[in-house]
Amino acid sequence: MSWSASEMMTVAAARALADDDVCFVGIGLPSAACNLARLTHAPRITLVYESGTLATKPTVLPLSIGDGELCETALTTVSVPEMFQYWLQGGRITVGFLGGAQVDRYGNLNSTVIGPYGAPKVRLPGSGGATEIATACRRTFIVMRHSPRAFVAEVDFLTSLGHGRTGRERRAMGIQTEGPVLLVSDLCTMRPHPETREFEVTSLHPGTTREQVVAQTGWPVQFAAVVEETPAPTATELETLRDLNARTAAAHGQASAAE
Amino acid sequence: MGTSRAAGRSLARRRVRLSHIDVDNRLTPPIRPGTFPRGVPARSRAVPPFAMSAFLPLADAIARLVRPGDAVALEGFTHLIPFAAGHEIIRQGVTGLTLIRMTPDLVYDQMIGCGCATKLVFSWGGNPGVGSLHRLRDAVEHQWPRPLEIEEHSHSAMAHAYAAGAAGMPSAFFRGYRGSDLPAVNPRIAFIDDPFTGEPLAVVPALRPDVTIVHAQKADRDGNVLVEGIVGVQKEAVLAARRALVTVEEVVDTVAKPGGQNAVVLPSWTIDAIAVVPGGARPSYAHGYYARDNAFYVAWDAIARDRDRFRAWIDANVHAAVAR
Repeated sequence: MSWSASEMMTVAAARALADDDVCFVGIGLPSAACNLARLTHAPRITLVYESGTLATKPTVLPLSIGDGELCETALTTVSVPEMFQYWLQGGRITVGFLGGAQVDRYGNLNSTVIGPYGAPKVRLPGSGGATEIATACRRTFIVMRHSPRAFVAEVDFLTSLGHGRTGRERRAMGIQTEGPVLLVSDLCTMRPHPETREFEVTSLHPGTTREQVVAQTGWPVQFAAVVEETPAPTATELETLRDLNARTAAAHGQASAAE
Repeated sequence: MGTSRAAGRSLARRRVRLSHIDVDNRLTPPIRPGTFPRGVPARSRAVPPFAMSAFLPLADAIARLVRPGDAVALEGFTHLIPFAAGHEIIRQGVTGLTLIRMTPDLVYDQMIGCGCATKLVFSWGGNPGVGSLHRLRDAVEHQWPRPLEIEEHSHSAMAHAYAAGAAGMPSAFFRGYRGSDLPAVNPRIAFIDDPFTGEPLAVVPALRPDVTIVHAQKADRDGNVLVEGIVGVQKEAVLAARRALVTVEEVVDTVAKPGGQNAVVLPSWTIDAIAVVPGGARPSYAHGYYARDNAFYVAWDAIARDRDRFRAWIDANVHAAVAR
């Protein structure tokens, strides 16, 4: 069975989730990965969407963070203030999934502006929940497509803290949560170096070369001492993901939010 | 369009009593958020007697409750977004508004593109699952149709700030904004050390809209309102506001659950006016009534990218539509 780079990315992100995780899920790639995990190896995973739906089990991927499907399949639905106060700030979330327009080598994320804040070249949607997800969840995973415009030497704006601009700020601020521990792209997976906290390549997806990763990364990317090959998607993973995407496309008509 | 506002104004001037309810008793002069004199109670609405909500046609309700220059919150977290009320504000040509909303969504894209707003307070300004809000971007990037000041927060901050507003507090304390650049570009984000543990905490001013507008499923004949499904931040936004308007799908005999069971009910005396507007949340959705029009959210991207196409859409779908 052949697969696309996007499918590999979603599968690799899904594998990082476990049955006992309580996951704060964003729309798009994170939502696809989290529900793939729930439908394959982690059936008891708890998925939480910031619209207030706790332990939701959508049969199709939501187009928006507040689709009725999320509420109808949830254990319970709480208000948005309760979600951010008791559940996120209260420390009940084990994994937060984040992405953005830009990420740097320390996992700092920009989802606010490209260019200067006062005169932006591109005005992006902004933080949403991300700024506090980045510091309140026990750890975070980042999922983004590789490109030199997205994997940058310095983020134009630091919306959500990774390990800080020099990799030391997070610890210096006394933040107790781990921060970004995994970065999955369509080319590879990366993890922070234990000392410097700089993300380095720990596995290459099948068919990807080091040169491709270097060319698509906007900083001199480091490779771990041992770089493995990401295990290829299994038939079960691919079939489950494709079924989920097909159901989603059918439910939303022309609009498929999924990868 | 202009006539309905004029009619509303003349209604307001005459201070008509609607059944036993005098809505105008509740309309005190606007107070800007954050400008309360020291020692003066921030909330005027907690003064008895608590008037009950009045049923009004939407155009009259907007004309009475929304004034040029107001800070206005149209809330609804993806679900129950009060589009019909936003369109009525556009039709009445209200300008100078500070628009407050966690997720501006298409309704604020439309209001910003029509020049209703001079300031936006928000935390995520995108088209959910689709991409950018092009009218918002055009206003921020190219000052079209007019410059738009932005006060940008995170969701957590705005959720806390609404809750603080509802609780009658001057500001909200929370564990937030750590390591982010947002405090550097938003002077309304501060930090303070917790007096007991010394932990630095973020502080933002409470949100206190002059007017909050939400859409809900049901009102009963006494003007109590029921919100079901994804309830978002609507209760807090209504309780934080100085004036509140709710549009509803329908009026029923009772919204109370047997034995007063848990449900998000906004008592009549927390609301100034109710307008019955079936379909008032379209293209957003009303749980139990109609689904989200996802195809429209996708189609909006192309409509909003182009100024002329946007204006044509507003002319055909907002101005030409009959005010309910």
